This record gives sequence, structure tokens and C-alpha cells, in this order.
Amino acid sequence: MSLIEITDVRKSFGPNEVLKGINLDVEPGEVIAIIGKSGSGKSTLLRCINGLETISDGSISVAGAQLLDDEAHLKALRLKVGMIFQQFNLFPHLTAGGNVMLSQMVVKKTPKPEAEEMARKMLERVGLDHKFDAYPDELSGGQQQRVAIARALAMQPIALLCDEITSALDPELVAEVLAVVRELAAEGMTLLMVTHEMRFARDVCSRVVFMHQGRVHEIGPPEEVFANPQTPELKQFLGVH
Amino acid sequence: MIEFTIWDILRNLLLATRWTIALSLVSFIGGGLVGLALLFLRISRRKWARAVAKYYIELFQGTPLLMQLFIAFFGLGLFGIDVPAWLAAGVALILWSAAFLGEIWRGCVEAIAKGQWEASASLGMGRLQQMRYVILPQAMRIAVPPTVGFSVQVIKGTALTSIIGFVELSKAGTVVTNATFQPFTVYGLVALIYFALCWPLSKSSQILERKLNVAHRNH
Amino acid sequence: MNYQFEFGWLFEYYPQIVKGIAITIQLIAVGAVAGISLGIVCAWVRALGPAWAKPVVAAYVELIRNTPFLIQLFFIFFGLPSLGLQLSELQAANLAMVVNLGAYSSEIIRAGIQATPKGQFEAGSSLAMTPFEIFRHVVLVPSLQRIWPALSSQVVIVMLGSAVVSQIAAEDLTFAANFIQSRTFRAFEAYMVSTAVYLLLAILLRQVLGMVGWLIFPRRAAR
Repeated sequence: MSLIEITDVRKSFGPNEVLKGINLDVEPGEVIAIIGKSGSGKSTLLRCINGLETISDGSISVAGAQLLDDEAHLKALRLKVGMIFQQFNLFPHLTAGGNVMLSQMVVKKTPKPEAEEMARKMLERVGLDHKFDAYPDELSGGQQQRVAIARALAMQPIALLCDEITSALDPELVAEVLAVVRELAAEGMTLLMVTHEMRFARDVCSRVVFMHQGRVHEIGPPEEVFANPQTPELKQFLGVH
Repeated sequence: MIEFTIWDILRNLLLATRWTIALSLVSFIGGGLVGLALLFLRISRRKWARAVAKYYIELFQGTPLLMQLFIAFFGLGLFGIDVPAWLAAGVALILWSAAFLGEIWRGCVEAIAKGQWEASASLGMGRLQQMRYVILPQAMRIAVPPTVGFSVQVIKGTALTSIIGFVELSKAGTVVTNATFQPFTVYGLVALIYFALCWPLSKSSQILERKLNVAHRNH
Repeated sequence: MNYQFEFGWLFEYYPQIVKGIAITIQLIAVGAVAGISLGIVCAWVRALGPAWAKPVVAAYVELIRNTPFLIQLFFIFFGLPSLGLQLSELQAANLAMVVNLGAYSSEIIRAGIQATPKGQFEAGSSLAMTPFEIFRHVVLVPSLQRIWPALSSQVVIVMLGSAVVSQIAAEDLTFAANFIQSRTFRAFEAYMVSTAVYLLLAILLRQVLGMVGWLIFPRRAAR
């Protein structure tokens, strides 16, 4: 059994079908890059896996937890998958440490000292242990995104979903965030990332998914997908002729 | 004891409502005129003018309307004028409304981007021309929803004039209650009549504001 | 104008004034704390609460916002006894303050909640928080911070509006002024003095609310 099983997933916004039957199985420890033009449905797919969008048809399961539209099932699923957003979405009224501690205490009912210890450990992991008491508006975009990663990691998920996590960053801040992700991959974290960083995808990912018009158009190891694109759409997307 | 039907009560209240409406109109229009003068003082280039308007607004917004009514009622008497309740009510409400309207409108004028002042100045317009042709036409558009919204405050404010003896809806409510001993029904009806006057204004203020926001987003 | 101003009565009547000030302060303290709490609950219901409760809260808010405080006060004090709810002057005044500020603050707070970026809800969801946990721990504080100036102004407005509780003989500052003018016939001076005290209270209240904001919102939110 795969870690994440996505079977025949369809999603419509009104009359507009954004996902037209997606099938994708992810093994533990895999790092998957999802690439494609905007509007191809790649972000929607990621958001469906976390239950931020309800799917119209098909099924998604993560380590046996089914995606069903009720609070208990959603909670079980979300405890297994963390999500990082393009806009960081840190909580502005809490310090970096507070951001990482909050859901541990509220959702998992972890006692405060333990939550704090975990928060320090996770912030250290992303290289920000010295920013424990800083508020989000005192941090650079790259630092905020690393706090967001620490916040997701503190829930000890078995997989992380990364939704264009470097797209809102100034170019010089992209590297520090990608370095963290690279490390996570090396440690064996299962990652699904929507990204525009083609070089990163080539270097780090085990498989690349090219989405086009709501379907998985091509899929394979990066060396094949990038070096030898099969379809004209992927060729055009990659700019090879 | 005479029996009063709901209809008797309602008729008496509605007759008094005419005075609530009349006083509201006078206060709103008068307050608008004084408020406009305040607005010009408030955004004047003369420091003393700005200060005068500022303290006027702070004084009237920082003290109870009821006190303003009392002072108008008893204070005008000091000048040897025998002040009828309607006069004190009108004067106090006009001055009070002016403070709020002046402040609302100042916010609207200041919401117009600085670039508009600079652009019009660069075209050689004087201060008054800038106001007349560039700033006010834009400010008026965004001023409509909060101004309509404030008219609700004016109507509710007129209720206080009952305390200095002006006979309008609230006073009629007290009088009718004393005659019928049915405070629940009477004050319930009084509240409903106020609601019927105010709610359409509140609602249209909201709708206008929403329209304005949509129009702005489409720009 | 041949009027001679006369403030000598102040020495005799200052205990009444002090008592009146104390009651006015008590009214706005209870009104602010309970009213804003009620406003938070109502704002939650209207923004995120159960569907059946929304129209109930909406009706309450609209009813209060579109009727004069004086009539709300009379209805509570004179009208409710016929339903078997007999309140003292002060209880009625307090209840009216809470009910009134509850409605206004709920609208203000709701605007703050609506201005919350969608990403905040999504981040909370992705961390497995329930909608209520998200409201309580993620949305509420920044929303309050966003609208704190508007909420503070409303509290000041309600404090000034509390002058009418003297009409049901609750012994606030205005009641004291009325009492003094009926004894001394120095109406103008009595109301001048109490007006000045109200102005002072308004300025003070604004300072206090600013400090409260400074205490509960340790930092300015970035968004």
C-alpha cells in the first residue's frame, strides 16, 4: 500500500472542471514535484489532499486515513499531512515560537513546556532557534517561510505539501528555504511540492508530475521528464524544441 | 378608566412622529450647512481655523448630547431669551450634527489621494478651484454612505429632546404610557416606529457603501 | 447679560457629583467588558456560527442599532416588568448598556473578522484545528486589534450616551447635575460643570482603552 493514494479525483468549481480524474500513488520517502502552467490544477490538487477543497469525485487516503468531509476525518488526515503555503500564513499576533507551539497545544493538547521544547527543536532544524521570540513582521520572507515549515513539522506529519513555497520570495531568499526542503528530503520526509524551481526539481525529486488541463499529462523520474519530454505540451512548457 | 385600543395608541404615536421627522430634517440640513463650514475650517491652510474646528468637533463629540441640550435650554435663557423647547432642541441638534458631519466629510476629503491635490496644483489651480473641481466631486461620492448612515444617529438623537420637554415620538410614548399603563406595548410600538424610520436609511447606507466598494475595485 | 455666575454650591454638593461620577464609571466599565464580550459572541455567530442562530443575532443587532438608547432603556425598565422581570434602576441601566454596546461592537468586530486573510483560516485548518479553535486562537486577537480604534470610539460614544439613564433615576453624573440644579437653581453652572467632567471622562476613557489595547496586543500585526 502506498503512503498517499489519489484515485480518480475530480474537482469542479461550478461548471468549471479543474481536476479531471487524477491518479497518483506516493511511496514513503518520495519527493514529488508537480509542475505545469497556472490553471493546470496543480495547486488545487495539493489543496484537495489537505481537505482545503472538497473533492467532487474519487478518493484520497493518506496512510489509511480517508479524506471525508467531516470534522473527525479531516482532523485525522491533517494530523498526518502538513501544508506550507505560498504566502507563509504565519499568525501575526504570535511570535515564531508561539506559531510553532499553538497547534501542538490546541490540537494535540501537548503541555506547554513540551510544546516549547519541540518548537525550539523545530526552529533549530530550520536554522532559526535564535528567532524564537521574534514576531512575523520582524522576519524576512525567507525566515517567515522557514518558521512556517517548522510549524508544520512540529505536528510530526508523515508527509508535507508545499504549495509554491518560494514564489512569494525575493530571489535572494529562495535558496535558504530550498536548503531546508532539501535537508528534509535527505532525512526521508515524504514531500509533494508544486514548484517553479525546475533545477531544484531535477536535483532533489524522485518523480516529476507534469499537469496539463486538469490531468496528469506526463510523469516520471526527473532525468526522463526533463531530458526527454514526450508530449508537445511539456516540450513547450520546458521551452525545448 | 378609559380603555385604549392598540389603534388609539398607535395613532397618537404616529401623530407625534411627525415632529420627530420634522426635527430630524431641520437638524440634519442645518447640521449639514454648519458641518460644511466646519469642514472648510478643518482643512484650511490657516492654523487658527483648523484649531477652531478641531476643538469644536472634540467638544461636541466628547460631551453627551443630553448635556448640550440642557445647556442650550438653560443657557440661552441667560441671554434673557425665553427659550421654547423646540428652539433649544433645534439649536443643540444642529450644532451636534455639524460636529459629526464635519468630521465624516473631512475623512472623505483626506481619503482623496495626495496625487490629486498635486496634479491639480500643477495645473495652476488655486485652493478653492482644486476643491471645487477636483477634490469635492470625488469626496462627495465616498461621503454619501456615511452621511446617510449618520442621519440614523440624528433621528435617534431627537429622542433626547423629549427630556427637555419637546413633544415628539419618545415624549408621546411617555405620555401615552402614563395614560394607558401599558409600557410594554407602548414602548414596543415606539421602538418599532423608530425602527421603521431608521432601518431603511441604515440599509441604504450599507448598500451604497457596498456599491462604492465594488466600483472602486473595478477601477 | 446680567447673569452672575455662581459656583459656591460646588463645596456643598461635591459628594453627589463624586457619587455620580462613580456610577457613570461603573456603568461604562460593566458595559464595556460585558458588551464587548457579547459582541464577540454575536460576531462569531454571524461570521462562523450555526445557520439557525444567524438571523436571530442579525435581528437583535438591527433592532438595537435602529432605535434610540432612551427607548431601549424605557422598554427594559418600564416594559419588562409586565413580563415579570423587575429590575432596579441601576440593574436596568447596566443591562441597557450591555445590550446596546453588544449590538454595536458585534458589527465592528465582525468587520474585523471579515478582513482576516483567507490564508489564516487555511493555515489553521492545515494544522488540524477545528473552526472554533481557529476562531479562538488564530482569528480573534488580530481581528480585535484591527478594529480596536473603532471599538474604542464606540465605547466612548456609549459612555456619553449613558447620560440618559438619569431618566429612570439611576444616580449617575447627569442625575447629580439635575439634583443640584433643582436645589440651587443654578442650572447653567451645574450642567457646565458636569459637561466638563464628561469631557474629561471621555478623554480619560480613550487613554485607558488605548492602554488596554497596548497591553493585550503586544505588537502591531503585519497584516
